Amino acid sequence: MKKYVLDLIVSSVDHINDKYVLIKLTHAEKLPEMAPGQFVEIRIDGSATTFLRRPISINFVDYQANELWLLVAAIGDGTRALAQLKAGDKLNCMFPLGNTFTIPENKDAKVLLVGGGVGVAPLLYFGKVLKDNGMTPVFLLGARSAKDLLLLDEYRKYGEVCITTEDGSEGEKGFVTNHSVLQRVRFDQISTCGPKPMMVAVAKYAHSEGICCEASLENKMACGVGACLCCVEGTKSGNLCVCKDGPVFNVNDLSWQI
Amino acid sequence: MADLRVKIGNLELKNPVMTASGTFGYGPEYADFVELSEIGGIIVKGTTLHPRQGNDYPRMAETASGMLNCVGLQNKGVDYFCEHIYPEIKDIDTNMIVNVSGSSPEDYAECAARIDALDKIPAIELNISCPNVKDGGMAFGVTCEGAASVVRAVRKSYHKTLIVKLSPNVTDITEIARAVEAEGADSVSLINTLMGMAIDIEKRKPMLSINTGGLSGPAVKPVALRMVWQVAKAVGIPVVGLGGICNANDAIEFMLAGASAIEIGTANFLDPQVTVKVKNGINEWLDKHGCKSVTEIIGQLEA
Repeated sequence: MKKYVLDLIVSSVDHINDKYVLIKLTHAEKLPEMAPGQFVEIRIDGSATTFLRRPISINFVDYQANELWLLVAAIGDGTRALAQLKAGDKLNCMFPLGNTFTIPENKDAKVLLVGGGVGVAPLLYFGKVLKDNGMTPVFLLGARSAKDLLLLDEYRKYGEVCITTEDGSEGEKGFVTNHSVLQRVRFDQISTCGPKPMMVAVAKYAHSEGICCEASLENKMACGVGACLCCVEGTKSGNLCVCKDGPVFNVNDLSWQI
Repeated sequence: MADLRVKIGNLELKNPVMTASGTFGYGPEYADFVELSEIGGIIVKGTTLHPRQGNDYPRMAETASGMLNCVGLQNKGVDYFCEHIYPEIKDIDTNMIVNVSGSSPEDYAECAARIDALDKIPAIELNISCPNVKDGGMAFGVTCEGAASVVRAVRKSYHKTLIVKLSPNVTDITEIARAVEAEGADSVSLINTLMGMAIDIEKRKPMLSINTGGLSGPAVKPVALRMVWQVAKAVGIPVVGLGGICNANDAIEFMLAGASAIEIGTANFLDPQVTVKVKNGINEWLDKHGCKSVTEIIGQLEA
């Protein structure tokens, strides 16, 4: 898939709450093809402390509206700068980068998409693409509390949404791996994105059940294209770049203790 | 349109802009963003005689106007390069230069000899300045004897253009430059990264897996420029300048200070098209100042 560096235009900025922002970007020409799981490297202008681009996963692509969505948690200098954007601003983006989630060949496959925190972001576009391919995924979304659950109505368009919160303020109380849907449904594939402890727990569950599992990682990176070798993850075939060989890895290929 | 051609020893570059090792992969990683043939030279990722896994993650920390890295020369070794990577890059229409590192003079010489046999690699850049590996790298580059020993060994097995990349982590970089010139280096490139550190105050731990790393980016540019100026006055061989170059003005500063060519490193991460923009910017500047050739500005600092 060809990579581009383009000045995209901010079409809207939706402050979901004090921490999360949904940024929709557009372009004068038709947006290039992007696949679920891929990410964008965004230049943050005008700040010496946000020297490097920020990798942000593709939350959704609306080809009809010609919009690319980014779901951002404003937690550092770079992401806080993104949260300050206004409609009409330009954003220099390198994209689409990295590999993609796996679309099962068997249309009857039951796919579980497990997201935690802002890691839910890439699962929305993946869910949409699965639905386009005749599958109905189940989303299992975990958060600290109800206010950290994001864009639920969007996720519900493409599949069943199951929720856990650590404080029990919405859905089932506990962690994603405690949710009752795991007893109820036998899944053929699990794709997960979120905090590493959560993904490791999901990987352990999948491993113990013999379910194929892939995880999207977010190691600190610089170049975004496999040139600098800064963002490596230890795998059974050596250190691989999360930016180019990932961000999506089959958990069995990683050096994780599962 | 000014004449942008420059020479590094016997090596002719179509323009003075090269990419710094470790920041541009092997070239094809950036082919979607820039026309690779418009770049004067591509210096590919550091290559060693034997494969190296590099250091553990985390290998990178962002700093004010720069970044630290401790990648540690991860590469699959020179045989893999010759068999698998070389065929993929040999027809890129620019000077494809291999950065060579090692842990003994013999290692360097053997690695260089294998690359000497590759027709489409007209030059190597000898890395005696990597701050991120224990066994070798910078250990050779911080003493005149160490630097000379590597260049002496390589010069016996390598017959094309030999550029030696110098460490700034020394008391007097001009002494090292003179030592490698005396052993037959065709050129010196400088600076490699400056050794630095960053700390996570919540965890009370270093941000990098091996505690320290090499600082690059615009934060190091004034240091690099000063060293290029000093070295250019101290040696007779061409100097390749690098360290924080982000735009054509930066490149022209280095050339006025005495660099015959320049390398762009960390700036590739900020703008994947920066190389061609710098090349075009140099041309515009030369036209504006009535220079017919870029060689007219090399070392023309009035100081």
